[in-house]
Amino acid sequence: MSDKPKFAMYWAASCGGCEIAVLNIHEKILDVDANFDVVFWPVAMDAKYKDVEAMEDGSILLTLFNGGIRNDENEHIAKLLRRKSKLLVAFGSCANEGCIPGLANLSPVGEIVTTAFNTVSTDNPNQIYPRTSFDTPEGEIHIPTLYPRLKTLDQVVDVDYYMPGCPPESHQIAAVIDLVVQVLQGKAQLPPKGAVIGAGTSTVCDECKRTRHVKTITSFKRIFGQPIDPSLCLLEQGIPCNGIATRDGCNARCPSAGAQCIGCYGPAEGVVDYGARLITGFASVIESNDPDQIDRILDGIPDPTGQFYRFNLAGSLMKAGVSAWKKEKV
Amino acid sequence: MNNEQFEPTIIGFTCNWCSYRAADLAGTARMKYPPNIRLIRLMCSGRLDPTFVFKALTNGADGVMITGCHPGECHYLEQNYKALRRFHLIRRTLQGLGVEPNRVKLVWASAAEGAKFTNEVKSFVEEIRALGPLNWGGAGGNGHRVETQIPEEVPA
Amino acid sequence: MEKIGVYVCHCGTNIAGMVDVQQVAEWAAAKLQRRGVVIGRDYKFMCSSLGQELIEKDIKELGLTRVVVAACSPHLHENTFRTACKRAGLNPYLCELVSIREQVSWVHTDKDQATAKSMAVVSGGVERVIHHAPLEPMKVSIHPDTLVVGGGIAGIQAALEIADAGYKVYLVEREPSIGGHMAQFDKTFPTLDCAACILTPKMVSVGTHPNIELLTWSEVEKVDGYVGNFAVTIRKRARDVDTSLCTGCGICWEKCPKKVVDDKFEAGMGMRKAVYTPFAQAVPKYPVIDRPNCTYYIKGTCKACEKFCPTNAIKFNQEDEVITVNVGNIILATGYDTFDAKRIAQYGYGRLPNVVTSLEFERLCNAAGPTNGEILLKDGKTKPKAVGIVHCVGSRDKHYNEYCSVICCMQGLKFAHLVHERTGAEVYNFYIDMRTPFKGYEEFYQRVLEEGTHFIRGKVAEINNAPRTKEEEGKLIVQVEDTLVGVQMRIPLDMVILSVALEPRHDAKETAHRFGLSCSADGWFIEKHPKLDPVATMTEGILIAGCVQGPKDIPATVSQGAAAAARALGKIHAKEIALEPFRASVNEEQCSGCRICNGLCPFNAILFHEDRMVTEINGALCQGCGTCVAACPAGAISGTGFSNEQVLAQIEGLLLMNIGEEALA
Repeated sequence: MSDKPKFAMYWAASCGGCEIAVLNIHEKILDVDANFDVVFWPVAMDAKYKDVEAMEDGSILLTLFNGGIRNDENEHIAKLLRRKSKLLVAFGSCANEGCIPGLANLSPVGEIVTTAFNTVSTDNPNQIYPRTSFDTPEGEIHIPTLYPRLKTLDQVVDVDYYMPGCPPESHQIAAVIDLVVQVLQGKAQLPPKGAVIGAGTSTVCDECKRTRHVKTITSFKRIFGQPIDPSLCLLEQGIPCNGIATRDGCNARCPSAGAQCIGCYGPAEGVVDYGARLITGFASVIESNDPDQIDRILDGIPDPTGQFYRFNLAGSLMKAGVSAWKKEKV
Repeated sequence: MNNEQFEPTIIGFTCNWCSYRAADLAGTARMKYPPNIRLIRLMCSGRLDPTFVFKALTNGADGVMITGCHPGECHYLEQNYKALRRFHLIRRTLQGLGVEPNRVKLVWASAAEGAKFTNEVKSFVEEIRALGPLNWGGAGGNGHRVETQIPEEVPA
Repeated sequence: MEKIGVYVCHCGTNIAGMVDVQQVAEWAAAKLQRRGVVIGRDYKFMCSSLGQELIEKDIKELGLTRVVVAACSPHLHENTFRTACKRAGLNPYLCELVSIREQVSWVHTDKDQATAKSMAVVSGGVERVIHHAPLEPMKVSIHPDTLVVGGGIAGIQAALEIADAGYKVYLVEREPSIGGHMAQFDKTFPTLDCAACILTPKMVSVGTHPNIELLTWSEVEKVDGYVGNFAVTIRKRARDVDTSLCTGCGICWEKCPKKVVDDKFEAGMGMRKAVYTPFAQAVPKYPVIDRPNCTYYIKGTCKACEKFCPTNAIKFNQEDEVITVNVGNIILATGYDTFDAKRIAQYGYGRLPNVVTSLEFERLCNAAGPTNGEILLKDGKTKPKAVGIVHCVGSRDKHYNEYCSVICCMQGLKFAHLVHERTGAEVYNFYIDMRTPFKGYEEFYQRVLEEGTHFIRGKVAEINNAPRTKEEEGKLIVQVEDTLVGVQMRIPLDMVILSVALEPRHDAKETAHRFGLSCSADGWFIEKHPKLDPVATMTEGILIAGCVQGPKDIPATVSQGAAAAARALGKIHAKEIALEPFRASVNEEQCSGCRICNGLCPFNAILFHEDRMVTEINGALCQGCGTCVAACPAGAISGTGFSNEQVLAQIEGLLLMNIGEEALA
């Protein structure tokens, strides 16, 4: 064992994109290796939970935790890593605010299971569903229990820093690693606890190069099927671009590539509810005072909940749809 | 919920210039309405941030009443229309979450309409009573706050 | 942690009769201690000097940093308690008054429930006040000049009051002369003074006053700035007359060959020329050329006026002049339009020649009018033998205007008297209700009654010229039910005068928008308070006077003109004004320049810096509505007095999320 500071990375309910993003920092990854002793990173190396449990509390300097808390295993590891880590970073949109897995919070957990195990694509004639415990000759076996809804990391443990993005941009990851290395060398200071790192404080428009004016929207459109002015603000063209409310730090990657921002970096600094900011932002530029016409314009946003909370539902004030809550109360 | 009548809790957002004064007038005229509503004064219905609505619903309110000046009578000229637009989008979003959109109501009431204010509160209380409690889970949760342990559940 | 004092008022029995005030105070002290409440008191009358002293003493002795008073509506005593805090050395804006009288004790009937709700209301106030920030009122200086818009009697009165007090006034009028509707009238009720005799001297004073800059044939195009510091853009339309040369001798309009129906001043009853002043006593005396009707402008030749002008004052193809003036206060006195009687087809106006409107009749009996004051039928020679006056034409009628036009009853009586005096005809007043409420009005009604005028209480159903009997032939027949006796009547008459409603100016909405005001659903400008502040508006520094605020007669109009002037003078004398510090501001670091808010402010307080791509809010223009605060998708705009933190905390408090599980029971 080296005496280098210890580093861990874990994935809970997530897609693995965050790990790819870390590997995407290219030669910077060598800095990680040079400065840290990687003690736990299930995607990259073999490790056992027992090994982590055996570590001294607070012995890991930095843990990047990605993924939401979907089951008891996720929560168990979150709590374990919290205990073992000095700095726990909610890494990526899932851990920060639920992300795409959080959209399952719109459905009751039973339906999620049924959908997964008995749909047109899954032939399940004997109605076989996973059980959380099973008796075998060797004893009872447990598999993780699904929670009624996905929770963000900070809904189950105390989090030191937040690093948003789906996934976090590689240049931001590199910058954060640089910062931590500098802190280790005594050349820099850590930001205050609870800070969002690896991102800006404003919104995507701050980095977006498209020209913009005072906006008045008379209809919302999908981005395909019509000519889009490549240099003009997308929202001005009626495209529901979430850039107005989404934290900057990605160099306005999607709008620069001709696609609307879908909001993976979450809310700007200090914002309580991301979706609320989009609701009010879009509502503000609707050019009508007539209730019927307002309704017609809003028909252009067919799935407002999805539009406003695609990445943020689990971390929003409402956290979930009614059905997820109902199930929880049963 | 046994036999006891469900008593909803309602948060009402009022405009300093019209509906808050209508509420004052209702009081001065000793009109009566049920105590289920608790009012918050804003300078204008245009100040209504959708966050306030979500906050109220997740903190234990069963319904939210947004009130403002009549169209064309806004003391800040046209800001009540901004509230109107937000209101439509708030309702659509709530619907997507499975919440009855009628839990949020928009009422126009001028400073002279104490009686209208009274009647709107009365009928809204009944409407919410009929919808039943919202009981938004994790009440007290504030987006990013460690929650107290919630009961786990075994899937189907 | 803040040190918060909670004070619960009994208001005699007004609150204490329905709310257990002592319990509320004790509850707050016990349950909200964890939130910083260090003292909870109840007192008979918190607003009394003893009650206020109680708060002041606690601030000093307990070192309170926040105060919550649970009493009546903040609209009554917010200032009282803020001032008390200030006296004790606490910033007045660190006090929150929550209403448990108007919104609890007076509207609820169950003492337990009312007490529980009061606790929640107090809890909301406590959570909110924690997030209050110490604020200072904003002070702005007041430019001593005033703009008066509209040269009718309201504007004239206002302008003279201010000018006489020694301050400069710009008086803008869009017609060629000031005078307004009053200049068109013959006599004024109830004293029957000749309108011109009492108005002309005032007009002359305006025209010659060293402190009044009269801008007729001019319109306000744009208003920038805010109270004390408005910059107003005015378009002086081309008169085609050089006023520095013109003597007002009148040769030009004598020689002008083009006759035009005068549908403004003469209400279509008479003619004028293409170069004209509206009436003989016009102020200023300079004519204007009515380009759409001028032969030179139509055909390119004529110029008779130019040829005959002894001072070479006629200047064809003059250009409009656009000027900007700086003023501290603005008085809007843009008056009213009259109801278009053609809209009530069954009254036959426009179809039956001897059905005339009240304004037309004013011209008909005016000595300077088309008939030199003789009341004649349309044929120009016959005196009517029977005249009807229909009240409430377009007023008090849900199909047109629901409001009462105020002046029609007295105007109808005045007409009745004039017809009676000048023609000896039989006069019929068709009224819904007689309303004669002011000084000398009822006496005038009695006088007209004694003169033998017929009063028929009923709304006229129809006016036609289809006779059923010999006597009805050649007559106008008024079909009406006399509702006092319940009899349908057909009354044959020679002339019918329609007392048409007063309506907001056709362009009132645009005017309101230009000046940042709002109109009621009827279209009248909304005053700050209908009883207690009828000449001020929600836009600080902009005052209203006369019929622009609602129908009224001349005495009321003059009173408002003077009142508005007094208001402006008060501000001018004070030299500066303190504004409530509830303002929005932008955190430029967080502003992304998305421009969502840019179109939201009706007061033009939001400006965008293209160079830095950030938005800024002009605190002096901001009226504190908070719409942009609620709209900013980046959360970069905050509003003092009504911040997100304050409102969200109040929600938490109202819903008792702040007291922990045990207290929820």
